[in-house]
Amino acid sequence: MLDIIYEMFINSYPSRSQFGLSFIFSQDWDPVKDKFGALAFIYGTIVSSIIALIISLPVSLGVAIFLSEMAGKFLKTTIGFLVEILAAIPSIIFGFWGLFVLVPFMRNTVQPFLQSTLGFIPIFSGTNIGTGMLTAGIILAIMITPIISAISRDVIKAIPNSQREAAYALGATRWEAIRMALLNAKSGILGATVLGFGRAVGETMAVTMVIGNRAQISAGLFDPAYSMASVIANEFAEASKTIHVSALIEVGLLLFVVTFIINSLARLLIYTATKKYDTR
Amino acid sequence: MMEEDFKDDLEEKSEDKFSITTENLSVYFNEKPAIKDINLKVRNKSVTAIIGPSGCGKSTYLRSLNMMHELTPSATVYGSIKINNIDIEEFGVINLRKKVGMVFQKPNPFPTLSIYENVTSGLIYTGNYKKSRLDDIVEKCLTASGLWKEVKDRLKVSAMTLSGGQQQRLCIARTIAVNPDIILMDEPTSALDPISTTNIEELVYNLKKEYTIIIVTHNMQQAARVSDHTAFFYLGRLVEYSKTRTIFTNPKEKLTEEYVTGKFG
Repeated sequence: MLDIIYEMFINSYPSRSQFGLSFIFSQDWDPVKDKFGALAFIYGTIVSSIIALIISLPVSLGVAIFLSEMAGKFLKTTIGFLVEILAAIPSIIFGFWGLFVLVPFMRNTVQPFLQSTLGFIPIFSGTNIGTGMLTAGIILAIMITPIISAISRDVIKAIPNSQREAAYALGATRWEAIRMALLNAKSGILGATVLGFGRAVGETMAVTMVIGNRAQISAGLFDPAYSMASVIANEFAEASKTIHVSALIEVGLLLFVVTFIINSLARLLIYTATKKYDTR
Repeated sequence: MMEEDFKDDLEEKSEDKFSITTENLSVYFNEKPAIKDINLKVRNKSVTAIIGPSGCGKSTYLRSLNMMHELTPSATVYGSIKINNIDIEEFGVINLRKKVGMVFQKPNPFPTLSIYENVTSGLIYTGNYKKSRLDDIVEKCLTASGLWKEVKDRLKVSAMTLSGGQQQRLCIARTIAVNPDIILMDEPTSALDPISTTNIEELVYNLKKEYTIIIVTHNMQQAARVSDHTAFFYLGRLVEYSKTRTIFTNPKEKLTEEYVTGKFG
């Protein structure tokens, strides 16, 4: 692991020395003119992941609560199994599905509808071509939902039954008892969310196929965008100049730093969540 | 005096002295009986202890009184349970649990809430409170559970900072905050050290002025110390129910005698 960081650090040297901090703050990415700035990719990665999180979090919580507190044995195993299968589908398959099913659906149904009803809000403007930031966010949401819901389910399940009984014995309704359980599972669920976010940030193939691959920052979510992982995947094989390769490696280094921070945060949160019950 | 006490034993006819009456109460788990045909009348404003070896159904009996078995899909309850002569089905499960509080074997305060919030948590479920009165209620309940002096300066601190015995007294404070008539205690001291146990036992003794208390215990000395009446359960049946003194000094059943003298258990 240290070796990976070391290699990336060394190999990104030409780019780092030439562009310095402006690499992070410039959105000019022009391999022909040897101008490289990664801001558009950073923006694309973070925004598409945030969209994914906004869509996925309520769904995942619903699934987790249903699986841990409500479902009967049959539904519990069936849906639990389906969720785990969903987590195991290779990302390129999601990309294909996105390209052939989701993109036309977005182009023909969702985007025209959103534009005609909510088009006055800037985020729902942009060229209506199907691929773009929103589509990428939706694909990512589908991919991280199984992760967040599976971990959240385990966290909620780990709450001792005595906690639920305590709430019920005080006259809590079922929903109040579940809310009490969720309150206990708070930091664990937060950890699961951050883990899902980390997965969304690092996701490459599916995003590359539907995000549109254009290095620009646009307020409209329908506009094509680009992500850090996608640009590496797309350009690395064709990059011939040293400075281009080194710029891509620096993008990789940035991506690594971002995911590393997110993952450490998640581990910390899950650790504090599970520790609370060990003492009793 | 002695004579009169003996006469009092279960001979009374007047119903209003009993706050809980169970008739032919049976509980089955997956078709297997855990308790069978329990007929028991618990006296108002007194402490009733339920003793018996492990697996005799004493907790099962206790948990049927506040419908806790509803949370276990495999459990079925037969027979009738009346509280103040009203069948518990008529209360509805939520209202019943406000009337019949429960203290559990292991202290289970809500770890994410402060000491103050733990005491008020039940009130917030019932929705029946005035914000301005919460401070008074917290002080009253913590005083009643003997915890006020120890925690009054740190009410906003997490409940998990308390010791096990303090946590259990906090759970009792939380239970009486809802203002129940009856408090069920399921081996409330089995996870505690001797000093905390003494504290809880004194507390139980004081609480019976205002509440009807049923305490399940596997500690016979404890039953002898705190209770007015004692029921002895064995293999899911009620063997004997009488004044505590009678059970421990002059039991009618041979089985009871063998158990309280330690021949088995």
